[in-house]
Amino acid sequence: MNGGADMGGMMGFGPVRHEGEHEPKFHAEWEKRVLAMTLAVGATGQWNIDMSRSARESLPPPQYYAKTYYQIWLAGIEKLMIDRGMISAEEIEAGRVLAPPKPLPRILKVENVPTVLAKGGPTERESDQPARFKAGDRVRAKNIHPTGHTRLPRYVRGHVGTVELLHGVHVFPDSNAKGQGEQPQWLYTVRFEGRELWGPEADPTLSVSVDAWDSYLDPA
Amino acid sequence: MAQDHDHHHHDHAHGHHHDHAHGTVLSDVELRVRALESVLVEKGYVDPAALDLLIETYETKVGPHNGAHVVAKAWSDPAYRDWLLKDASTAIQSLGYVGRQGEHMVAVENTPATHNMVVCTLCSCYPWPVLGLPPVWYKSAPYRSRVVMDPRGVLQDFGVTLPEGKQIKVWDSTAEVRYLVLPERPKGTEGWSEEKLATLVTRDSMIGTGLAKVPS
Repeated sequence: MNGGADMGGMMGFGPVRHEGEHEPKFHAEWEKRVLAMTLAVGATGQWNIDMSRSARESLPPPQYYAKTYYQIWLAGIEKLMIDRGMISAEEIEAGRVLAPPKPLPRILKVENVPTVLAKGGPTERESDQPARFKAGDRVRAKNIHPTGHTRLPRYVRGHVGTVELLHGVHVFPDSNAKGQGEQPQWLYTVRFEGRELWGPEADPTLSVSVDAWDSYLDPA
Repeated sequence: MAQDHDHHHHDHAHGHHHDHAHGTVLSDVELRVRALESVLVEKGYVDPAALDLLIETYETKVGPHNGAHVVAKAWSDPAYRDWLLKDASTAIQSLGYVGRQGEHMVAVENTPATHNMVVCTLCSCYPWPVLGLPPVWYKSAPYRSRVVMDPRGVLQDFGVTLPEGKQIKVWDSTAEVRYLVLPERPKGTEGWSEEKLATLVTRDSMIGTGLAKVPS
């Protein structure tokens, strides 16, 4: 969706405020708890990473911009768990259980943490689909505006670039986020010249590469 | 999204004095997070010990020192450098850095002609096994919005100026591929050990918002 998260090329946010090479990893205790809860409830398998991103990125833009990043994550897990009947908004407000738990087939136990983190969630899938493009091919990012989750940023849509890398066949986030299955597709890195994206005044030394699934692209 | 940390946000939203959130009164978000955690624990959805271990892992074990090891090895060992540029996932795995948010790695090399920078304009994708958790600025609107359009302006915010004609390649991590910048090896480091070289490799130099440190 054309939501608040898709911010490449927006203006007016001001300078980047970095805190030096050794900034604190967390700026409040609650941020640690949000990170850990996000990973732990994610490991229960009630949603996939694309659903998780979609829950955060579909926040109304005014909310998305007003929240800090861990507040966005907090809103994300609340929404995911409420939607699945794992918790209720009333329980969060009350800070106590008001309804029996939903039975979950899997809970992340402390002894399994190292294995689960090491395993990660690879998205490449075995496939005999042939790649439609090869390195050097000219492609145009489709001018599409899906109302659901997508990973094709607005700033490349309609623009022509060059296929730079082929990454194999990967889970397609647009379908996976909607519970419509993995529908794996070829994934490419496509390089766009800065002037193609931003016009003749753009930095002539700039190029921007995005990772794009096959169905985001047309031959050009 | 707000770049400020929560206490600032809290002050802004409620007009409280800055010190307020640091005192004994808990902010709204702190209370909410505590409430949520107690509900999740009581329902049996999370193991409190697992939460603590997750935090400990990303607070103390995983961080940019892992990436610095990879870079220093690539600077010292040409065969490893070639492997890293050809198949970063396997080359990085061989040093023991594996897993979540680093499943599919690509290393991009800075040269005298080209400077690479990494962003995730859509969210906060970042190579956790080699760099740890992303810094606040990496996830913030100013960086995500601007680096794909005005990388030199962003570099100025970091106090970095590149030669005028140098090509800048920005990598927007829109899929599950994670990018690691292999910075240029500083001059004057001939004959340095891998361990000593690693001390010159900063986190920002592996994102592309900085350069490796120059030996003093």
